[in-house]
Amino acid sequence: MKEENVIEAEDLTKAFGDFTAVNAISFEVKKGEIFGFLGANGAGKTTAMKMLIGISKPSSGKATVAGFDVYTQHQSIKKNIGYMSQRFALYDDLTVKENITFFGGIYGLSRARIREKRKQLVAELGLDEISDKLVGSLPLGWKQKLSFSVSLIHDPKIVFLDEPTGGVDPITRRQFWEMIYKAADQGTTIFVTTHYMDEAEYCDRVSIMVEGKIEALDTPKNLKQQYQVNSMNDVFLKLARTPSPTLPEGKGENTVIE
Amino acid sequence: MGISLNNINKSYKKLKAVHDITFDVKLGELFGLIGPDGAGKTTIFRILTTLLLPDEGEATVAGLDIVKDYKAIRNSVGYMPGRFSLYQDLTVEENLTFFATIFGTTIEENYDLIKDIYEQIEPFKDRRAGKLSGGMKQKLALSCALIHKPKVLFLDEPTTGVDPVSRKEFWEMLKRLQKRGITILVSTPYMDEAALCDRIALIQDGRILEIDTPAAIVKKFPKTIYNIGANNMYKLIQTLQGYEHTYSVFPFGEFVHYTDKREAFETQDLKHYLEKADLSEILIEPTQADIEDAFMELARK
Repeated sequence: MKEENVIEAEDLTKAFGDFTAVNAISFEVKKGEIFGFLGANGAGKTTAMKMLIGISKPSSGKATVAGFDVYTQHQSIKKNIGYMSQRFALYDDLTVKENITFFGGIYGLSRARIREKRKQLVAELGLDEISDKLVGSLPLGWKQKLSFSVSLIHDPKIVFLDEPTGGVDPITRRQFWEMIYKAADQGTTIFVTTHYMDEAEYCDRVSIMVEGKIEALDTPKNLKQQYQVNSMNDVFLKLARTPSPTLPEGKGENTVIE
Repeated sequence: MGISLNNINKSYKKLKAVHDITFDVKLGELFGLIGPDGAGKTTIFRILTTLLLPDEGEATVAGLDIVKDYKAIRNSVGYMPGRFSLYQDLTVEENLTFFATIFGTTIEENYDLIKDIYEQIEPFKDRRAGKLSGGMKQKLALSCALIHKPKVLFLDEPTTGVDPVSRKEFWEMLKRLQKRGITILVSTPYMDEAALCDRIALIQDGRILEIDTPAAIVKKFPKTIYNIGANNMYKLIQTLQGYEHTYSVFPFGEFVHYTDKREAFETQDLKHYLEKADLSEILIEPTQADIEDAFMELARK
C-alpha cells in the first residue's frame, strides 16, 4: 500500500513548435504523499501539470495518473483527480451551499451524498453562519479553504493545487496547510506548486524544474544537505537560475531574502 | 517628507476599505506596506496617486496635497499598479516612448535612470508587450514608471506570483533606485520581503497593526519561540494543539513554531508529552521570531 504510485511519468515531453516546454521529465508520486512541484516562472510547471490532469496531450513520453493513461484515458483521469486553480474558480454569485451542491452534481454525486458532503464541509470549515451567503462576499482566505474542500468533494485519489496560497494572510496560509496535511493523512495524494519556499519545506518530496527539466527531486532535508544550505529558498536560488547575467552590479550582496 | 498620511478613511458602499491610516515616509526611504489581499493596500496607493479621493483625512506626496495639487503629483510620481497595465499591443519600445511623450520627456533624457533595468529587455524591444514573460513585463512596467524621473515611486505588489529568483533580482533593482534618491512605497504579501525595507507598516483589514523597522518589530515579539520538529508533522501539530499550555502553534518550514502560555517552562515536560503521543525524533530548541510571527501575533489581538 505504501509503495503504490499514483502518478508515474517517464520521459514526458511537450513541445510547442521548436520550443520544448517540458523536456523528458520522469518521476513518481506515491499514495498519500505531499509532492511539491517547484520551478521559476516559465520553467514548464503549468505545461507539465496540464498534461497530468488530462487537458493537454503530451508530444512524447509516457504517464499514468491514478492508474489511467494520459493519452487514452483522460476522461477517467478527470473523474479521479481534484484540481484547484490559482485563480478562484467557485461561483461568486452562488452561496456556499449552492457551490457545494453544484460541484457535487458536476462530479456525479448522488443527492444523498451531496447532502451529506454539504453538511460535513460546512461543519469542518466552520461555515455554519454564512453557508447561505454569496461566496463573492467571503474573505479570500475562506474562499481558498472552501475551494480546496470542493476540490476534494468526490474523494479524488490525487488533488492538484496550483499556487493555492498566493496573497493569503499568514495565519490562513497555515490553516490551509493543516487541511493539506489532514487530506494527505487520509490517503489523498497532494501535488502542489508554490512560490513560498517555507511551504516547500512542508512537502514530503520536492521537485525543482529548470528550463523544462527536473533538475532535482528529493526530500527537503536531503536537498538541503546535497546543496549544503539551510533552507529550501537557498536550494531554489542555487538551482533555479543564476542571477540574471545582464544584471550589471549588485549581484545580490545587498539583498537577503530569507 | 516623501509621503505623509493623516487619518485617511475610505469606504466602498458598506465596506470600510481603510480605517484611520496615518504614517510618514521619509525622503529617500524604502517603505513597505505588508499585508494580505484585502488589507487595503491598493486603496492607499490609489489615494496617494490621486486616482481616488479619501472620505476623510489628508495626505501629501513630495510635499504636494493629494486634492489641491493632484496635477503636480501626477508629474512627480511613478506608479506601477498590481495589474499589468501597459499597452499589450504596443511593442516594448513603443510603450516606453509613449509614456515618455505623455510626460513631456524623451527616453534619452532620463535613460541613465532606467539603463540597468531596460538593458535586460532591450533585446526584445520590437516584441509586443502582451507577448513578454512575466519577469520581462515587470521590468518594462518599472521602466515606464521611471521614465519621467519621479521623486516618489509607488509599486503595488510588484512581486506577487513571481518566483524567488526574479523576486530577488527585483529587490536589487529597488535598492539601486533608492540609492539614486527616489522615495519608494512598495506593497507585498510576502513577509520575507519586509526585511528588505527600511521601515514597514503591517496592515490587515484596513487597519495598521504596527509601524517600525523590521528589526524592531521582530524584537517586540513578546514570547520565546521554540522550533519543534518530529517524525510526523501533522500529528505533531495536532498533538501540540491539544497541549494544555499551548499559546500558539504554527507550521514554519521544516519545524513548528511553538509558544507556551507560561512565563517559563521546562522543555523536558513538553518532550515527554510528545513522546507519550508516539512521536519520535523530537527536537525542541529556542529560535528567533520573524516578521510572520510578529504579524500573526498582532493579528490575533
